Amino acid sequence: MNWISISKREDLPKNREGVIRAAAVVLSIVCAGIVIWILGYNPIQVFPSMVTGALGSEIRLQQTILKAIPLIVTSLGILVAFKMKFWNIGGEGQILMGALAASYIALNVDGLPKPVMLLLMAIAAMVAGGIWAFIPAFFKAKMGVNETIFTLMLNYIAIKYVTYLQYGPWKAPESKGFPKVANFEQNAIMPELFGIHIGWIIALVCVVVVYIFINHTKKGFEITVVGESRETARYAGMNISSIIIIAMLISGGLCGLTGMIQASAVEKTLSVNLSAGYGFTAIITAWLSRLSAIAVLFVCIAFAILLQGGTYIQISMQIPASVADMIQGIILFFVLGSEFFLQYRVNLPLWNQKVKEVA
Amino acid sequence: MGQPLKAIEMKGISKAFGSVKANEDVELTVYNGEVHALLGENGAGKSTLVNMLSGIYHQDSGTVRVNGNEVRFSSPKDSIAIGIGMIHQHFKLVDVLTAKENILLGRSSGLFRNSKQLTKEIRAISDRYGLDVDPDKKVYNMSVGEKQTLEIIKVLYRGARILILDEPTAVLTPQEIKRLFRIIRNMKEQGCAVVIITHKLNEVMEISDRITVLRRGRTIGTVDTDKVQVGSLIEMMVGKKVDLAIRKEPPAQPMRPLLEVDNLHVVGHDRKSALADISFTLHEGEILGVAGVAGSGQKEICETIAGLTKAEKGRIFFDGDNIIGKTPREIIRLGIRMGFIPEDRLGMGLVGSMDIVHNLILKDYQNQPGIFLKRGPCAEKATAIVRRLDINTPNIYYPVKKLSGGNIQKVLLGREIDSDPRVLITAYPVRGLDIGASYKIYDLLNEQKSRGAGVLFIGEDLDVLMDLCDRIMVFCVGRVSGIVDPSKVTKEEIGLMMTGGKEDAAHELDQHQ
Repeated sequence: MNWISISKREDLPKNREGVIRAAAVVLSIVCAGIVIWILGYNPIQVFPSMVTGALGSEIRLQQTILKAIPLIVTSLGILVAFKMKFWNIGGEGQILMGALAASYIALNVDGLPKPVMLLLMAIAAMVAGGIWAFIPAFFKAKMGVNETIFTLMLNYIAIKYVTYLQYGPWKAPESKGFPKVANFEQNAIMPELFGIHIGWIIALVCVVVVYIFINHTKKGFEITVVGESRETARYAGMNISSIIIIAMLISGGLCGLTGMIQASAVEKTLSVNLSAGYGFTAIITAWLSRLSAIAVLFVCIAFAILLQGGTYIQISMQIPASVADMIQGIILFFVLGSEFFLQYRVNLPLWNQKVKEVA
Repeated sequence: MGQPLKAIEMKGISKAFGSVKANEDVELTVYNGEVHALLGENGAGKSTLVNMLSGIYHQDSGTVRVNGNEVRFSSPKDSIAIGIGMIHQHFKLVDVLTAKENILLGRSSGLFRNSKQLTKEIRAISDRYGLDVDPDKKVYNMSVGEKQTLEIIKVLYRGARILILDEPTAVLTPQEIKRLFRIIRNMKEQGCAVVIITHKLNEVMEISDRITVLRRGRTIGTVDTDKVQVGSLIEMMVGKKVDLAIRKEPPAQPMRPLLEVDNLHVVGHDRKSALADISFTLHEGEILGVAGVAGSGQKEICETIAGLTKAEKGRIFFDGDNIIGKTPREIIRLGIRMGFIPEDRLGMGLVGSMDIVHNLILKDYQNQPGIFLKRGPCAEKATAIVRRLDINTPNIYYPVKKLSGGNIQKVLLGREIDSDPRVLITAYPVRGLDIGASYKIYDLLNEQKSRGAGVLFIGEDLDVLMDLCDRIMVFCVGRVSGIVDPSKVTKEEIGLMMTGGKEDAAHELDQHQ
């Protein structure tokens, strides 16, 4: 008799699903706690301070939301591509190209009123991000080139190009040799509302728009069908090439918008570090949301709490950054791992037998 | 000889996959020197049962005895070692190797092997059972029948005395089937036990000595073939009486041409010619059958008419308009009502993870105005189709891939006939369906015919083709070898046309004996 057997679950009742997810969270906290304890810190102090570090005061809460905004917008972009099973790993590059285009406008166009300026920057950023995504989409649609490698490699081109600009042609003369692009003028910086830049409004609007686009438009339906089965899409008379390209323009456009938000509101200039890994993190959050736009909102906020809490314990408890990263990694491992148990049932026949014999 | 030896004795076998009980308390006894048919509808648990015999699965409970000794298989190797040989429906051969090399594969006895000695051994086995395969022929040069023969030699060479054949006739022409049955009879005379899985009743009656019927994972009973009627077998399989006559009414008169295919040439994916010089006319109110060995161009003709495959040259007239080179979108936009049931239902015709409503939208949304998707009309349509075709589903928002094969096909067919198509192309519409569902599909096709639609019916069971169709077009390697009236030809004649009218090995063998 096999000692283990794994079978696919047919249907999972909602309460069982809740139990499995909760168990994953509890286990991850226990495991992370053991690691923290081995490293000589007190887990009973660390975890609460992660929570208070992310939510405990107005400033900390603002910091958390600041981290959630780029994550939400980027995740939505990734979601549109993933819905089509187009593995867009190029979020980083698309964010940077968007930031680059927005910065070009900010640094070279003078005398526009703030709303016009910001709108122009946003459009430029979305176009640039879209183009950066269009390149692999075109080759995928016309020649079947593997998009995973293609989008990944485009990241490095974007990163190196922005680095070149930052260290070379775009280096501000007044920075005294420090590799830094000039700060934006006031009219290129996003206004604030309730103490946080208006990116949070943009993020909320994007959630609603992407939700409607995917679930209630013909194009969104086409994207979903292409993702499920290309043959069916072909059978239904869909123009697959154009669907791939349109979806990727949207995907890259949203990532580019993230770049504009970060450049305008957070960095207030162009910097190679402004993407901060959001392009990759968004892949995880998009998956955890099961490609649902509404879920993206909550998953990204939860993730931002984790990020902000990690940053806080570094400062407040002198815990090294790598330990904070480990805690994040462990929590992610369990949450992602629980997906397996949600989809498959694991039986241990020998174990069950023994239990019966004992009883 | 008295009571013959029990080759296989399976008792109380149960096997579950997740919550699905594939086998429950199944009994099967096969004697040496008998041909035992395992009969049942799709999903009755036949394959699960024999996969346990061949060591692929392991039963949850129950015992298996081979030649009187209880056995426990932990892998297919154990099963082969004890003398059980399984011939799968999909052959497990390496195309670029010769027959001999395929037989040697997986035999780890020694580094080198005396090739001449092996040829001799193969010849000995071949002569003994009346098998005929050239040991040095490459597999890719072989016909389906030859490949199957090679599979049989392979398991016999490994010492099998118990043979299990899973749906062995599904891909064969009538001539090849005759030859296979002759081989099976030879093996029986040599004292082998043969288990044959099939759902074709006439073959069961012809070849088997005893029949075990399974239904929904349970043994319904074992009967002697010469003491049973086809009708009661069906009752055992289905659980109720089924009328097995396909009604056929004469086609509409006069025959108005609807779809005219003229000198069509299509190049396949491998850059080889897939269809050459195809010309035929489909009339209003008729069912035109297409017969042929699998892969003779059936898929290509369907997809070319539907606009999915580009033609090299040729013309296709729909009601007088040339539609060649039009994409499916253009065909829909032209207002041409064409229904297409592709061979691969979930891979092409439907989106498995979507519900019935969204699968209806698939064909409908392009005609909707605006950028938003309207679900309302399709939800009503879904409810109507579910009721009309008697689709067994919890509700219209249930993913279609979770439905049974018959219900999936009804969703697809329901969608395609919903627009009252003038041409309906159906590729293997009853493949994998149980008897009840198959007859429901035949009825629906007949309904379309009497409504005046032209139906192109790609089939694999010649009996069904002859009962259902008004005319049968026979394909042979991408060409039409003839269009015949089924009331005027025999199955064997169609079989000959399928293989290009060549006197094949089966006939040569006839003369030998």
